[in-house]
Formats: sequence, structure tokens, C-alpha cells
Amino acid sequence: MPNAILTAMNLTRHFKVGGSLFTRPKTLRAVEDVSLTVQKGETLAIVGESGCGKSTLARMLMRLIAPTSGQMTFEGRQIDQAEGRALTELRRDMQFIFQDPFSSLNPRMTVGRLVGEPLETHAPQLSGKDRRAKVGELLAQVGLRPEHGERYPHEFSGGQRQRIGIARALASGPKLIIGDEPVSALDVSVQAQVINLLADLRDRLGLTLVVIAHDLAVIRHMSDRVAVMYLGKVVEEGPTDEIFATPRHPYTMALLSAIPEAEYGRTRAQIPLTGEMPSPIDPPAGCRFHTRCPFAREACKQDVPALRDTGIAPGHRAACHFFEEIAAEGAMPLPTGGTGRSEAAKARFALYAEAIAGQKTRPRAQP
Amino acid sequence: MVATLVQNHISIEATPLLDVRALSLGFGASKTNLLEGVRYSVEAGETLCIVGESGCGKSVSSLAIMGLLRHDVAHIREADIRFRGEPYDLHDTAALRRHRGADIAMIFQEPMTSLNPAFRVGDQIAEAVRAHRNVTEAEANDRAVNMLRRVGIPAPEARVNEYPHQMSGGMRQRVMIAMALANDPALLIADEPTTALDVTIQSQILDLIRTLQAETGMGTIMITHDLGVVAEIADKVAVMYAGTIVEAGPAEAIFNDPQHPYTIGLMSSMPKLTGPRERLTTVPGTVPTIETMPDGCRFSTRCPFAQHVCKETPPERSFGAGHTALCHFAPLNERLERA
Repeated sequence: MPNAILTAMNLTRHFKVGGSLFTRPKTLRAVEDVSLTVQKGETLAIVGESGCGKSTLARMLMRLIAPTSGQMTFEGRQIDQAEGRALTELRRDMQFIFQDPFSSLNPRMTVGRLVGEPLETHAPQLSGKDRRAKVGELLAQVGLRPEHGERYPHEFSGGQRQRIGIARALASGPKLIIGDEPVSALDVSVQAQVINLLADLRDRLGLTLVVIAHDLAVIRHMSDRVAVMYLGKVVEEGPTDEIFATPRHPYTMALLSAIPEAEYGRTRAQIPLTGEMPSPIDPPAGCRFHTRCPFAREACKQDVPALRDTGIAPGHRAACHFFEEIAAEGAMPLPTGGTGRSEAAKARFALYAEAIAGQKTRPRAQP
Repeated sequence: MVATLVQNHISIEATPLLDVRALSLGFGASKTNLLEGVRYSVEAGETLCIVGESGCGKSVSSLAIMGLLRHDVAHIREADIRFRGEPYDLHDTAALRRHRGADIAMIFQEPMTSLNPAFRVGDQIAEAVRAHRNVTEAEANDRAVNMLRRVGIPAPEARVNEYPHQMSGGMRQRVMIAMALANDPALLIADEPTTALDVTIQSQILDLIRTLQAETGMGTIMITHDLGVVAEIADKVAVMYAGTIVEAGPAEAIFNDPQHPYTIGLMSSMPKLTGPRERLTTVPGTVPTIETMPDGCRFSTRCPFAQHVCKETPPERSFGAGHTALCHFAPLNERLERA
């Protein structure tokens, strides 16, 4: 593919857990046979519930951990076995934003040093003065002031700390940024600020983003393409609009139908998922989702489904033996009801959005 | 609207189950109150959602009502509260202890840390029963098994002997609910009960709370930051910002006819699952700290409509059917125009 910046083929990561002198360790199959392509300039979202392997996959893509098997290339270079200098260079081009802005910044370093630290490795030729200037620039880029560089992380709120984390990730001038739940620790109003910031930076700097998240609404706003993971495997992938409008895998449908929408009186029939995700130490045979799938049939217990084109949109694929039949049954419930906002409320929302965009308002003369 | 709100629960004239008429509270020596004039009520069978962001005081207000704040740190500056029509004294620790876990129960966000890892879950539920009822150990244990069955834990006879670490997050939250409901409380306070859970598990837990509420007729106060959860479960909503309730009313009014700029900003900031995927309108800035709390309207430092008058305490404006908002300029579309 001409525009692929990062490709992963048949990535697998197993962990050994437990075991002692007398017992064999068990194998935890965190990620199993995942193939992904990230196109230059796009935002790919990887979504799934806790324990689905999405963070392990992100750390593998970043080469923070090595895959058990499988290949990865970054801009055509093979990176799955990269070490030493090659890995350092890779880190310049690929950076990571962590979930928790409270524990991912060293509390004993000033913000200026935190943001300047990657420059020491990746741009050692810069003089101290140049480096400080660059740090000021980076802080301004994420909406902080250059003088914030002299403060310590504890002096900042969660949203501001996440901005510091982003400035630090931008320091080496990366082409690709991987964010592991970059906004999930933030409050709604601050989360929106950081979502907008990431979109702006992507457009301004021509970045490619890979975002790991569990919040589907956040993902819908941030991404161009989505990959849905369940128990270590990608069960569905495709363009964001198609994944949300015409999901094909029963797990994606269930996930979408489970999200309560912030609209009064809006309900949708849920696709009930019984029980919880099985352990990745002993995943079910056949389709890994069959133990919870309301549409499971006999074949699902034996045959492992492969990702197949759905024919809805290019690149929309689902790993389900029966997605055509399930879709034909009209399985995906549509939301219903809800009268929506009053006209006066709509006017207030418009007024608010304009005011945030800079429109000045004044009190109206009251009769 | 009020009539539909309380349909088949209780008549409008009845006394509310919990009536917080005024609650102000400060920490340490700070003169600024962390909670300022907090006011809400909940009736039997009704669900009130208190919604707000971290640090807005939504948890502190319920901890105060449960009597779980240390009096040497948290100073109650004003408290006028009725429970079942009777005065409810936040300084009477003995009375609070009698209420706590008996007719007022609470579940917390973290099912991992709010269970004791060293005791079997059955024993922890039985302990809650025996703390308030004069029953034998065997009766309390039976109650524990029954409660686990009611909250949908499979094979309760076996799982009653398990330790918390042997259970998943969703199961632990079910145990917490079983423990809270073991004494048939009249009021359940649930502080972010589903925040730590995955969405598919969250919907199971919300369904469970709703079912149990219908069975027992208890009143519920649900504290959450998730407007989706609010829309799903609330009869009434109180929107809290920086220690004050800035807007309150029936859920339908809050969602379809919000008045306060903060409520509007919060709803604008939410990424949506449907509709156009456009740039999000945000609430600029961050929540003020207790040291930087502005005079007058506490939202004025972040409000795009703030004027000089906002340095004065905003009036409570009423929009019918119990819908109120604290804002000088509500309704915005009538009191403001483009300059």
C-alpha cells in the first residue's frame, strides 16, 4: 500500500503467567493474530472493553514490548525486531500519550525539563537556549504558556497535565502518535478541549494518530477508521461512519446498543450480552465471542471466523460467520423516541456555541 | 409534568423521603464554603441524579449526609435536612450510625477497594445485616445468600464463600449492591456505581438497580458525571458546579430545555453517537479551586456570557414544574443578544 505508514501482520503476543518449580506457567493470549494498516494522516481508533488486548496492541505497535510473533513495518522499515539505534530512531518518529496524566509525569521535574527531555535524546545538537525556546514553542502549541515551564506537574489540573504529556510527545517531531485512552481520565468539558487540540495538531502538523479507547462516542469524534477488538482479536474494522451506522459484528452491535445516550426519552432495544468476557488464558474455541453471542450457532463453536469484506464500504470487514444473515434479520436496533430540545433551547445552544467561538453578547433591554 | 414524573409512586403532597433544604460545608480554615446552599429532595421510588465534574462536590454532599466526613476537617456551616419528614441532624453521630447501612445505604464507585479483601463476601454482607438487626448468624448467612441471588449472582450458595479477588468488577459491584440493600433501605445513594465498569456490564448494573428499585420502592440518589447514564435512569436531575447546584428539575426539562450556561456547555462538550461529527463546543478553562473561587456566580470565570453583574450572587429563576437555574441571564435567548 503506497500510503501506509504503519503496518502490522499477524501480530501475536502471549504472556506467561503463574508457574513455579512444579507447575507449568499458563499462557495468556493477550493479542492473537492481529493485522492492521495505518494510513498516513488518518486517525485509527482501536476500541474494546477492558481486557480485550487493546493496550497490549498499542504497546506493541510502539515497540514498548516485542511481539511474540508477527511482522511490523514503519514507513517500509521492518521494526518488529528493531533494537538499539534503530529503536531510538523509531522513537523519534513514533510517540506515545499515556492515559493517566497524574502518574505519567515525573513529579520532581519541572514542566520545562519534562518537555525538553526528549529533545536531549533526539536533538542533541540544540544549545540550552535553543532548547528552552523550543520548549516554549511546544507549550504554546498545546495551549499552555511558556512560563508554565518553570512549574511542577502538581500545579496543573488533569487537562493541563494531559497537554504537557502531549507537548512531550510532540517534542521529537514525530510522524505518528499513539494515544492509550488519552482523554478517558478527563472530565467531559476538559475532554472536549483535548479532543479538539489533538484534531488541530493532527491537521497542523500532518500527524497520524492511533487512538486506543473504550468510549465509542469519543472515538466517533476523533477517528477516520475504527478497529473493534474482543478478547485479543479484531472482530470488525472499517470507516468510522460505517462502523457506527451499519455495524456487522454482533459484538460491535451489542457494544453500541449498550451505550446510554444523553438524550431524554431516547431508548433503544439492547442486544443483551450475558455474562462477562472469558479469560484470555483459556479463550473459547471457534469464534471467541460465541459464549456471549445471542446469535451463536453450532458452527461458531468450532470454526474460527476470518475477517471478511462486508461489501458496505471499502475496508469494512467483520469476523463473523453469519453477519449477512444476522443483518438480514434486522438485528441492530435503532434508537427511538425522544422529543428533542425545545426551539428556545436550540437558540440557547446556538448562542452558547457562537459565544465560545468569540461572538460578544450583551444584556437585552428588558421590557 | 410533575404529575407524570411521580406517576404511580407517591402523591405530590407527600413529604419527600430526603429533603436537603440547605447544606453548606467548608474544609479547614478556608472561609469559602466548598458546598454552598446545596438543596435537593428525593421521594420514595424516585431517582435523583446529581451530575457534575470532578471536584464539584457531588460526592462530598452525599458523604456529609451519610455522616462519613470527619468533623475536625469538614465543618458543616449550615444544614437543614429532613429524612421522612423528621429533622436529620448531621452532628448526631449516634443517630447517623443507626441510619447508615439500615434505612440509608450507599454504594461506591470502586468495587475493588470498597470490599474488604480479607473476608468472604458472604460474611461481609452478613455483617451488615447483624449490625442493624438482632438475628442469628445462620439467619444472617441465609440473608446473604438470598441477597446474592437477588442481585443476579449465579450459584449464590457457592459464591457466598468466595473472596472479593475471586470475582470480576461487575460481580463485585453486584456484591456491593447486595450489601447495601441487605437491610431494605428506604434510600440508596449510589456514587458513580458504574464508572469503573465496561459499558456492557454498566447496562447490566443499571438494569439491576432499576429492577430492585421497582421491587422495593426505595428512593435513589445517583451521583454521576455521565449524562448518558442520567438520561437513562433519572426522574429528576441536579446539575452541580463548584459546590453549588446551578440547575435542577425534572429530567425531561434538563435535557430538552436546559437553562444554565454550564448545563448547556456540558451538553455541548459531550461527543455524540449520532448526528454530524463536528468539532466539539467546549467549556473553556478549568474549575476554580477553593482559593480562586470567584464572588457571585461560581461559573462566571468560565462562562462566555459573564458580565459585571455576575460578581453578585445570581438569582434562582424558576421555569415551572420544579425547574430552576441560578443565573442572572436565564433564559439566555430572552435576556441576551448579539453585540
